Amino acid sequence: MAAFWNASRRDIHTLSALPKLAAKILITVVIGGFLGATLVRLAPGFGVDEEELDARLSSQSLQALRATRANDGNLFVFYFHYLDRLLHGDLGKSRTLQRPVLQLVAERLPETLKSVALGLALGWSGGFLLAVAIVMSRAWYLDLLGSLLVGVLLCLPAAVLALLFLLAQAPSRLLLGLVVFPKIFRYSRNLLARSSALPHVLTARAKGLGNMRVLAWHILPTAAPQLLALLGVTVSVAFAAAIPVEALCDLPGIGQLAWKAALGRDVALLVNLTMIVTLITLVANSASDMVGKTFRVSEA
Amino acid sequence: MKWARVMAIVFLLGVSGACLLANFIAPASYAHQFREVPDASPSRQHLLGTDDLGRDRFSRVLYGTRVSLSLAPAAALLSSLLAAFIGGIAGFAGGRVERWVMAGTDLFLSLPWLFLLITVRALLPLNVSPIVSVLITFAMLGCLGWAGAARIICADARALSQSDFILLARASGSNGLRLLWRHLVPNLKPVLYAQFWISVPVFILTEANLGILGLGVAEPLPSWGSLLRELEGFSTVTGQVWRLVPLILFIAVVSSFHLVLTKEELIV
Repeated sequence: MAAFWNASRRDIHTLSALPKLAAKILITVVIGGFLGATLVRLAPGFGVDEEELDARLSSQSLQALRATRANDGNLFVFYFHYLDRLLHGDLGKSRTLQRPVLQLVAERLPETLKSVALGLALGWSGGFLLAVAIVMSRAWYLDLLGSLLVGVLLCLPAAVLALLFLLAQAPSRLLLGLVVFPKIFRYSRNLLARSSALPHVLTARAKGLGNMRVLAWHILPTAAPQLLALLGVTVSVAFAAAIPVEALCDLPGIGQLAWKAALGRDVALLVNLTMIVTLITLVANSASDMVGKTFRVSEA
Repeated sequence: MKWARVMAIVFLLGVSGACLLANFIAPASYAHQFREVPDASPSRQHLLGTDDLGRDRFSRVLYGTRVSLSLAPAAALLSSLLAAFIGGIAGFAGGRVERWVMAGTDLFLSLPWLFLLITVRALLPLNVSPIVSVLITFAMLGCLGWAGAARIICADARALSQSDFILLARASGSNGLRLLWRHLVPNLKPVLYAQFWISVPVFILTEANLGILGLGVAEPLPSWGSLLRELEGFSTVTGQVWRLVPLILFIAVVSSFHLVLTKEELIV
């Protein structure tokens, strides 16, 4: 009965939070889109069309070309058109690659998603399992080794890790795992250590409960909401690290595309990529936040 | 861990001192090319050898460390001041002001850091002098890195503004500005100090990432980003281990900052 009550409370909580979260994400994307559109308007080269340099065009054709862009002179009108195009699935055209942004994203996003998913899986399994091993065994040498490894990894930029991976001819797909691993390890270890020092855990230990049982029934439920929040954060970290990793390891994902766009000063492409990644990280953060809150409600 | 912190501070002071005296210690200018000895091994003239363009690597490490070590704290100071201003005002004012400011901060935080940085960098001119590129890179880091710290400072300012001593000061007739300047700001110092120390290694790492990607400090001026970029041409077959010196120094400096800030976190 209690389980049923907890489950229904959890469902009600989740459902009532959904519209609020969706509205929050929508507002963030709309405001982010406006800021993005402003950046595109400010970008050097905005409003200059290569077609105008075509000597074969008559003055009437040039006038017609300029008239099509005249509406974009006003920022708000430009943003309205930008949103309108966005709603129709048109993200514009890349200035440097001369291809629709949507097509470029559709080609490259799966590659990045694959790398990020693999990286998160590796980082979480490595970091979390090492943290659990250290907290449960309380072995000082393991703690020291883990801390040293994480200390060194935290001091290395993702780009240097990518160069070292290239040097060692290691599979670059594993790299994102190494970038998120130290953050997961450090946070999980501190969190699990704090949870394992709580009075109810000490009582459970004193009553003779085994390590696995204490972990599963007493430590993990207390730490779960924060760990889930960390999951959302690591998605953002992995996407950010995808830029240097894909650029240096020649992986054809959106990180490499963003790097090429930055070098070519293709702000329209960059802004759209930033918006897409923001949307993905927002959804991931909100989802992990919601699941974490559900945990808290059921715990209460 | 007190000894480790002391060691870290001594090391940072030593490195900073060496970099400040780079003009006297360095055997050559960071841009001077010894064209007859490109890619040379370490010798008495060139302690760490020369790079592909024949520039003395030891001199470049000294000057590059000076650039990163002087401007990363400057950027951290800028971002801490921005965070103090935005977070402090929001936390102190409370109510609607706090909600709106924090909503803006959340929006800022939801934008992925490196994507935002390269977008803003793409807006700024790339064909600028090396000095301007350094200033652009670090000013950009300082201007965009305030959001996380502002959240923490806002929470602290809110807690402080509801504390007994602020209530007493209000009852004694202190007005808003006086309360802010005389009572709130001095009590926010520890958290500001910690945020500053946390930001320094973050900015050093970010500049290195940008530099390796070719979006940071322009050549010939060295920074850790451009020095670490040399690893691209490194090969274990050649066995030129001295080329790893900038990387080792980089790890040592960033980990020293981490060791220093652990204590600050404990204070806060």
